[in-house]
Amino acid sequence: MTLLTVEGLTKHFPSGGGMFARRGDPIRAVDGVSFEIRRGETLALVGESGSGKTTLARLVLRLLEPTAGRISFDGEDVLALEGPELKRFRRRAQIIFQDPFGSLNPRMSVGGMLREALAVHELAQGDGAKRRIAELLDAVGLQADDAFKYPHQFSGGQRQRAGIARALAVEPEFIVADEPVSALDVSVQAQVLNLLADLQDRFDLTYLFISHDLSVVRQVADRVTVMYLGAIVELGPADEIFRAPRHPYTQALLSAVPTPRAGGPGRIPLKGEVASPAEPPTGCPFHPRCHHPDVDDICRARQPRLEPSGGAVLAACHKVGAGAGAPSGQG
Amino acid sequence: MSDTTSAVVNDVREAVRPILQVENLRTYFHTADGLVRAVDGVSFELSPGTTLGIVGESGCGKTVACLSLLGLIDDPGRIEPGSVIRLRERDLVGVPEEELRSVRGNEISMIFQEPMTSLNPVRTIGDQVAEAFRIHRRASGAEARARAVEMLRLVGISGAERRAGDYPHQFSGGMRQRAMIAMALACDPAILIADEPTTALDVTIQAEILDLLKSLQERLGMAMIFVSHDLGVVSQIADRVLVMYAGQVVESGTAAEIFEAPRHPYTAGLLSSIPRVTGRLPRLSVISGSVPSPRRWPEACRFHPRCPHAWDRCRQEHPPLLGTDHPARCWLVERDEEGKVGEE
Repeated sequence: MTLLTVEGLTKHFPSGGGMFARRGDPIRAVDGVSFEIRRGETLALVGESGSGKTTLARLVLRLLEPTAGRISFDGEDVLALEGPELKRFRRRAQIIFQDPFGSLNPRMSVGGMLREALAVHELAQGDGAKRRIAELLDAVGLQADDAFKYPHQFSGGQRQRAGIARALAVEPEFIVADEPVSALDVSVQAQVLNLLADLQDRFDLTYLFISHDLSVVRQVADRVTVMYLGAIVELGPADEIFRAPRHPYTQALLSAVPTPRAGGPGRIPLKGEVASPAEPPTGCPFHPRCHHPDVDDICRARQPRLEPSGGAVLAACHKVGAGAGAPSGQG
Repeated sequence: MSDTTSAVVNDVREAVRPILQVENLRTYFHTADGLVRAVDGVSFELSPGTTLGIVGESGCGKTVACLSLLGLIDDPGRIEPGSVIRLRERDLVGVPEEELRSVRGNEISMIFQEPMTSLNPVRTIGDQVAEAFRIHRRASGAEARARAVEMLRLVGISGAERRAGDYPHQFSGGMRQRAMIAMALACDPAILIADEPTTALDVTIQAEILDLLKSLQERLGMAMIFVSHDLGVVSQIADRVLVMYAGQVVESGTAAEIFEAPRHPYTAGLLSSIPRVTGRLPRLSVISGSVPSPRRWPEACRFHPRCPHAWDRCRQEHPPLLGTDHPARCWLVERDEEGKVGEE
């Protein structure tokens, strides 16, 4: 069952605007993105810097207003929500940040922070709040005494646990996790990834999991969406995409992942660098860097749409779309 | 032994002699709140043309060890007496600052994680690449400028002549790291220290920088110390690897030994806690707890509070590095080897 549907979501930021601004071409941070998230699944959003993944996360939670497009959450039009309905949406959809230290109030104890979240949404107070705080700390693997501690008294992993507790406090159904383990050491990263998996089972959570780390994505994702320059280039089940990536960009990205174990195919080098989202290339945004042997005038002129490209995978590529003969040989 | 034989023997020794020998390096910070034993008895050797990887999590002493090699330790930090940093024949510990300056950027260079903070934003890239060459080689402005362009070309910056006039903000992250490498290599150093040089970069750019470092090493023959918390990255570039924990080396060996047959439970734990791009695991293995504070390293074996194999001895006695070819700072090594001996 679908929990969240996004259609044609677009966000253009005005460029420049400073004293020396010359041109008014907007920055196309997110450009016509559509996807669904099913209840209880983890959809991973993968992309490199400048791909628009963080902007997309903020749009989905309505922390930013889109330039165009539609978002529906459990059947409701998110962009039309106001007043108490918007507040209810904000309770049901939460976010976990990369750096919980930056997002936790340094002058508030963890207990105080959780108490505030419970009070804002009128979920518990007094002794009820106390009990609930103890429950939440226990759920994320912190001690009851940790309620009296301040963020700087925690290690990185404990701070991330506190950030997760705050998101959980309001009993959300949907959590956007924006690079939640990127700032953690690997030994602690594994602890937090396991915790997120446990909490998903226990509270029936749906995750939009944003990461640049493909090994982490492999571990957490049921489905994967790959972004490049503000657009989705590939979308489908994690098992299929990791086994046989369709889009040339996904292929290059996967081939560049360093692993401590030998083997694996050689790396596919990319030409040049990511273009500026203020001046995206014509046609397929990836064509100037593409390693596909048959890049042609169509690639240079027309932007490809996401189309079925074998199995349950969609890819936005003229060369691997329907009828184009996928180079990875999956039919 | 005849004179000719001994000359030949000396020649062979010369060829395999390490360029750098570090013995019992201890770098302590004498702070008002107590003693921080950031690097606590580290020893290793570096051979010309090879890459030594140093891995470990944050707070284990990797970066302080590297800064110590360059003498870049400020008060209240101090390289403790008895530490040896021998570059070729010369011990750098206790050498006056002016002499160290002729080593830094000349014989030993370093690149860092975030090139933007190490580049001067108001000077052109070419100027900055030329600087070390101008100072250390007493080159004229024109010579230094030509060298800068040559170096930028070497690190794969297209239109090097023109791009030398650009400022750092006009370069992308990957290009800036290339410029930093050009700067570090301008004086043809014997040793390049790279501290997390790809950590801030996207994965495709990271792969390009790793390829670049490898090819530059082949062409220029410098030795490299490559520091990273990312074991995957280190496995791609290192010949030998040191694993650091709590200010000490806990295991050292060839990259294959470390990554395929780790002997220390910390190394094994790190390797198995990394998710794999090749397949989803039902559950990731974890190392319990987190890296201890350098103000209070645990007693006896410093890893014992997190170790799944710890027994009485680990809580009572600090293990030395045990084993010869592929040593690990773990009592298990001794027990295993005794076990093997007993079987015979």
